[in-house]
Amino acid sequence: MKIRSNVEKRRLQGIAIITALSSLSFLYFGILKPGKEATTFGFVLNDEWVIIKDWVISSQTGARIFSITSLLASAIAVLALKKGRSISVPVAVASFGILMSFLTWIASGKFIPFTGLLQGGLLLSIPLIFGAMSGLVCERSGVINIAIEGQLLASAFVSAVVASLTDLAWWGLLAAPFAGAAISYLLATFAIKFSVDQVILGFVINVLVIGLTDYLYKKLLIPQQNTWNSPPLLEVVPIPILSKIPVVGPILFTHTIVVYLMVAIVSMVTFGLHKTKWGLRTRAVGEHPTAADTVGIDVNKLRFRNVIFSGMIAGVGGAFYTVGSVGAFGKEMTAGAGFIALAALIFGKWSPIGALFAALLFGFATNLQSTLSIIGVAIPSEFMLMVPYIATIIAVTGLVGRVRAPAADGIPYIRGGAH
Amino acid sequence: MLNRISQIGHSLKLPGLSFLMAFTITGIIIALSDSKVMGKIGSPIEFLKSAGSSVGNAYLALFQGSIYDTRLAESGFFEGFYPFFETLVTATPLILTGLSVALAFKSGLFNIGAQGQFIFGAIGASYVGFRFDLPVGIHILAAVIAGMFLAAIWGGIVGFLKAKTGAHEVILTIMMNYIAAYFILWILKTPTFLRKGRLDPLAPEVKESARLPLLAGSEFRIHAGIFIALAAALFVWWLLTKTTIGYKFRAVGANSKAARTAGISVPFVITATMMICGALAGLGGAVHVLGSEYALNAGIAGSLGFDAITVALLGRAQPLGTVFAALLFGALHTGGRMMQSNTGVPLDIVVVTQGLIVLFIAAPVFVRYIFRLKKLNVASALTSKGWNG
Repeated sequence: MKIRSNVEKRRLQGIAIITALSSLSFLYFGILKPGKEATTFGFVLNDEWVIIKDWVISSQTGARIFSITSLLASAIAVLALKKGRSISVPVAVASFGILMSFLTWIASGKFIPFTGLLQGGLLLSIPLIFGAMSGLVCERSGVINIAIEGQLLASAFVSAVVASLTDLAWWGLLAAPFAGAAISYLLATFAIKFSVDQVILGFVINVLVIGLTDYLYKKLLIPQQNTWNSPPLLEVVPIPILSKIPVVGPILFTHTIVVYLMVAIVSMVTFGLHKTKWGLRTRAVGEHPTAADTVGIDVNKLRFRNVIFSGMIAGVGGAFYTVGSVGAFGKEMTAGAGFIALAALIFGKWSPIGALFAALLFGFATNLQSTLSIIGVAIPSEFMLMVPYIATIIAVTGLVGRVRAPAADGIPYIRGGAH
Repeated sequence: MLNRISQIGHSLKLPGLSFLMAFTITGIIIALSDSKVMGKIGSPIEFLKSAGSSVGNAYLALFQGSIYDTRLAESGFFEGFYPFFETLVTATPLILTGLSVALAFKSGLFNIGAQGQFIFGAIGASYVGFRFDLPVGIHILAAVIAGMFLAAIWGGIVGFLKAKTGAHEVILTIMMNYIAAYFILWILKTPTFLRKGRLDPLAPEVKESARLPLLAGSEFRIHAGIFIALAAALFVWWLLTKTTIGYKFRAVGANSKAARTAGISVPFVITATMMICGALAGLGGAVHVLGSEYALNAGIAGSLGFDAITVALLGRAQPLGTVFAALLFGALHTGGRMMQSNTGVPLDIVVVTQGLIVLFIAAPVFVRYIFRLKKLNVASALTSKGWNG
């Protein structure tokens, strides 16, 4: 009973914060410092069916409408909480309202490509999602994966090189999981067979991959760019009909295969983790390896396989950097995405859906920043860029509730050894 | 006496073998990525000869660029040591950031945040250095203290948050590094920090009175910072072994549950450790600005904060070990520059060497397995705590 009331208390606190923010945005954006001009939202991106092309609204009215929507949604959330129903939908609507209110205010007199903003956000979060799934598969079975960055970078490198040499993007995409798996093999061997501290190990693997790709980039990829580093791109495959739906079509259904693979892998991991024998065993090994061993599960073998599998997942995410989006490999092009993916995993409390949304949030926040700095708003872009990191700190310090890692995460399993 | 020597010899076995393997693998990578060598793949003997000369030249350049260069010595024996002095300049901030990471290890914390702490140390020292006019000694002291203070707060935030909420310091410090990296980009654009007449992010140079004295004349870059770094190493050793607070640090690092039972305040130790770690890395940033860079720029920290982690791991989190590890990595980086310009082997290969050395040092069981050793002296392997630790 105590746990339940704690959860309720925290939810109530969350709703209180959101209500306060909605009221603030109504006061500030709608009454005290309203935008003087009209804000334009653009909805059309490609050749989808057009319902509304642009939507022009006075900044002040728009901010007021969205803030009030947000306040209403907060009220509904309180009612839902009282009745014991799920509050995630009203809370999401309320957060969206606050965000939109902020956008209409800050973009007064300017144009916001709404559909492009969301699509770009999704694209930025793709490698983060793959990275987070990689970490999840590892960590749910009890092996800490700090080496996501290395997995992503190595596979981005290999996919670019293979695609350049064969002149086929598909080969790049196929090779990438093997590069990720090779990094995983290093991680698995040293972590499981030689019991090296996993946090330190992951860190060192990242150093190695950064050093090696930087070296080969300068030694081979720059001098002979045409041979080594001019990969073709994967084609965008719009899904028939669905891709024509306004707003939703360009955001969700007009992508390369990598994005669709992301959906497949998140579904597979979610389903696998909770509905299959593999998932049950993985969770058992991550929470209580001794018990798992007692019922005949080979703890270290399962962990080894999961770590390799995790590398393959991250590998696809790495391919997204090169054949999936920009083509040529660039020095340290993953730029810390592996660590953000790790943060998304923790933010999402080691659950696939939680990690997915956390990664989407990071991707969107980053894209919002670049959109706002392109249209030229008053906030220094550096502070906007800090937002995902500050959000992570807030998340891990427990404002979204205490997060708990799998109990045996990071502890090498030695049969009969002390824990 | 003999016993003692054999003991030392024994404890050097692991680092020795790790170095051997690391340099061997690095050599193989250098040879395999050299098109001249690969062109001779048809005849084994020519291939090996060519590989040998390729790797040999690279390693010779690495030595000449970091320790002693006979070509420079033509203008005087002393001048031949120019590369060694450069190594010391590179090693100075590495020693300080390395100590920051090492001290954290002793309290059972993995401080990935030396990068951010270094940045704040550099910002503080730079500001006091260019903004105020003070007498020589006092100016240096004020600038150093300002940098250490900011960095101690930056590190302390992590300690405080961990102590209060149990959030893991690895995630916290990584996030704080990003925030610090964007913060320095922003602050360099502000009117206070932007140098007059410049548009690129570059602060004014610190005034003469705030600069650390040069040790070997203006032709060499070697400055008094190396003594500050060595003093800091001595301080960390003293703190850890001779004081009550250091004892508490180590007790929490060894077993925080037992330490709590023994009446040690774990939250206090975590916060205090991170503050001191911050101050050490911040001192690194301050010394770097006041001793060799003079002007704050966006790339001031380079990858120093991350190299610090490999330094501390190689030094097994011991103050003296950290000093030697920093000297070694300083030499690799300094020599790497000459290797790059003379033999065309990119500098980045030394990062691989560095990573390999640390990997093998961290995996004594692996080294034992490779060399089929029955016994290998493994002084307490370094560990960090998992997410729930």
